[in-house]
Amino acid sequence: MTAARPRLAVFKFASCDGCQLTLLDCEDELLALAGSVEITHFLEASSAVLAGPYDLSLVEGSITTAEDRERIRDVRRQSRRLVSIGACATAGGIQALRNMADVTEFTRAVYARPEYISTLATSTAIADHVPVDFELRGCPINRSQLLQVIASFLLGATPALPSSSVCVECKRRGTPCVMVTQGIPCLGPVTHAGCGALCPAYNRGCYGCFGPADTAATAALIPRLRQLRMADDAIVRTFHTFNAAAPAFRDVSTGVGERPA
Amino acid sequence: MTHSATRTIDGTPIGRVEGEGRLRIELHAGAVASVELRIFEPPRFFEALLRGRAYTEPPDITARICGICPVAYQMSACAAIEDACGMTVGGGLAELRRLLYCGEWLESHALHVYMLHAPDFLGYDGAVAMARDHRSDVERGLRLKRLGNRIMEVVGGRAIHPVNVRVGGFYRLPTAGELGELVHELRWALGAAMATVEWVSGFRAPAFEGDWDLIALAEPGAYPSLGRSVQASSGRLDIDAADFLAHVHERHVAHSTALHSSWAGGEYLVGALARYAISHAALPPQAAMAARDAGLGEMCRNPFQSIVVRSVEMMVACEEAMRIIDGYEAPRTPSVQVAPRAGVGHGVSEAPRGLLYHRYELAADGTIASATIVPPTSQNQAAIEHDLRRFAAENSGLDDATLATRCEQLVRCYDPCISCATHFLDVQVLRR
Repeated sequence: MTAARPRLAVFKFASCDGCQLTLLDCEDELLALAGSVEITHFLEASSAVLAGPYDLSLVEGSITTAEDRERIRDVRRQSRRLVSIGACATAGGIQALRNMADVTEFTRAVYARPEYISTLATSTAIADHVPVDFELRGCPINRSQLLQVIASFLLGATPALPSSSVCVECKRRGTPCVMVTQGIPCLGPVTHAGCGALCPAYNRGCYGCFGPADTAATAALIPRLRQLRMADDAIVRTFHTFNAAAPAFRDVSTGVGERPA
Repeated sequence: MTHSATRTIDGTPIGRVEGEGRLRIELHAGAVASVELRIFEPPRFFEALLRGRAYTEPPDITARICGICPVAYQMSACAAIEDACGMTVGGGLAELRRLLYCGEWLESHALHVYMLHAPDFLGYDGAVAMARDHRSDVERGLRLKRLGNRIMEVVGGRAIHPVNVRVGGFYRLPTAGELGELVHELRWALGAAMATVEWVSGFRAPAFEGDWDLIALAEPGAYPSLGRSVQASSGRLDIDAADFLAHVHERHVAHSTALHSSWAGGEYLVGALARYAISHAALPPQAAMAARDAGLGEMCRNPFQSIVVRSVEMMVACEEAMRIIDGYEAPRTPSVQVAPRAGVGHGVSEAPRGLLYHRYELAADGTIASATIVPPTSQNQAAIEHDLRRFAAENSGLDDATLATRCEQLVRCYDPCISCATHFLDVQVLRR
C-alpha cells in the first residue's frame, strides 16, 4: 500500500487559461506527476472535482469580481500551500489596465447591455487578497519553473528560483546584447528572469512579460530608451502592458514625467 | 417522478473545457422550457484597452485573450492591421505563418481529442484516469501535443504567447536546419494522427444531426487557415472578410458575458465541421484517405463525431507542415515594412475551434481608434444552446444526473473556448 499522495488543485480566476495549460504542456512529466500527486481539482483537465482540503493549490488569474474576492478566500482556507501562477495572479495581468481607466466606460465600450455585467473597478493580484506562499511569474509561466515549484513544495521546500534580471539569462545563453550591439530597446535589465531570455534570442527586445525584477532600477533605464528614440508615450505603454499594475512598472509614468532639466 | 413537475438542472461547472461555464436546463412538464450555457468568465475588456495602443501591439496583446489559441489571435490581428495599412504579406512569410498555425492546430486538437473529448466516449473523468487503462493511447496523444508545441517554439519562440510574431512577419527567421529537425517527428506524427483517426472513428457516437449552417474560410486549392474568403456550406454566403460584420449579428444576453452571433436570423457553426464541409476536397492526400476510410463523407453534421474530423485535421497539420518545410527557402527579410495610415482593416483566420475575426480602425500615425474581435466560441454559442434544446428534448426521459452529463458531453463536442468567448463586439454591431 502506498501512503496517501499529496492533493494538488488548480483554480482559475480572470485569465486566459495559458498558465494552467502549462501544466498540461508538461507532456513528458504529466503522467509521472499524476502518479506522485492526487489531482483533486483541475477543471480544465478533469470533470471529477474533489472537495478540499488541498496540500498545494495553484491559482491562475486576477481578482476582478466581488464573487471572486470571496472565492479566493475560500480557496485559501482549503489550501495548505497556495502558489499564484502567472502575471494575472501575481500582478493583475493586462486586465489591470482598467485600474488606470474608467471601468464603467470600458463596460459601455464592449457590451451592449452594461447592466448585465458586474465587475470591480480594479484587477488585482491574489496576494492583495490572501497570503500567498509563492509567486511564480510570467505571461505565461515557464514550464520547467512550474515543475520546480511543484517538486519543491512536494518535498516541503521553498522553491529557489532566480530573481535576477533577464540580462543574466542572456549572458548565460550567450546571446549578444541586442541593445548594445543593435540598438534595439529592451526591458531585459529591469525584467524578472524566468523565460530563459527568449526575445533577445529572437532578435527582439524583451517586452517585460515576467514583470519587474526584484531590484529593477526602472528609472535608470528610461534615459537609455529615450536615447534609442523611444517616445515617452511608447515607453509608458511598453511598461503598462502585461504587468501594468506591478509597482515598479506602474510608476514608470511618474518617472517619465520627471525629465532631467 | 411526475412529469407535471418543473425540473431545473443547474449544473456544476463544466469540466474539460477551456475557461469556465455552467449549464442550466429547465424542463416543464417533460418539455424543455429553457437551456442556458452560462458563461461566468469575468470580462477582461480587451477591445476597450486596445484603444490608444500602437498598431504594432495587437499581436502580443490579443494573444493574451486565449492561452489555448494565441497563434490564431496573432494571425487574425496581423491580417487585419496589414489590411488597414493596405498590405498583404505573402510568399515565404505567409508559408511560415501557416507552419506556425500547423503547430497550434496539432497542439490544440491533440489536447482536445485525447485529454478533453475521448474520456467522454470511454467513460473516464479525464486523460489521467484514462491512462490507467489506455496508457499507450494517452502517450501517443501527449507526444502529438508535444510536437505541436515544438513547432510553435521553433517558429514562434514560445508555445504559449509566441514572441516571434510581428505585424509584417517575424523578428527572426528559422534556419532550414531548425525546421529540418522537426521532420523526423512529423513523419511519426502523421502515422500517429492516422492511428488517432482509426481509434476515434471506432467510438460510439450518439445519433444527432445539427440543423445549422456551417461557416468557414475557404482558400483555393488548400485546406484553410489564412485567407479572406468566408463561405457557408449551404452556398448562401460567399463574402470577403471586410463584409463579415455586415452579415453576422451579435446580441448580448443576460446569462452570459459572451455575445451570441447569428447569421441571417439563424444559428451557425464554425470550426472543424465547417472547415471539413467546405474544404474536404482540398484535404492533403493521406488525410483524404483517412477521412474516406473513417466514413466521413462530404459533410459531417453530428457534433459527437467532430472528434473524427479533428483527428483528420491533425493529419492535415502534419502533411502541411512537411510540405512547407520541404519547400522552405528563407525569405529575404524576416518581415516586410508595414507603414501606418488612417483606415480600417479586417482580418480572419481559422483558429482550431473556428473562424476568428478582427477589425481595427487606425489613425494616420497607427494609433488604434477602435477594435472589434469576434471569437469562434461566441459565434457558436447560439448553435450550442440550440442543439442543447433539441438534445435535451429528445432525451428528457433520462434522470437529471444522466441528462446533465449527456448535455455536458454535447457541450464539449464543440471544443468551446470560454476564455475567448468573453471578448466581444462593439455596441453598434450589437444593435444592428
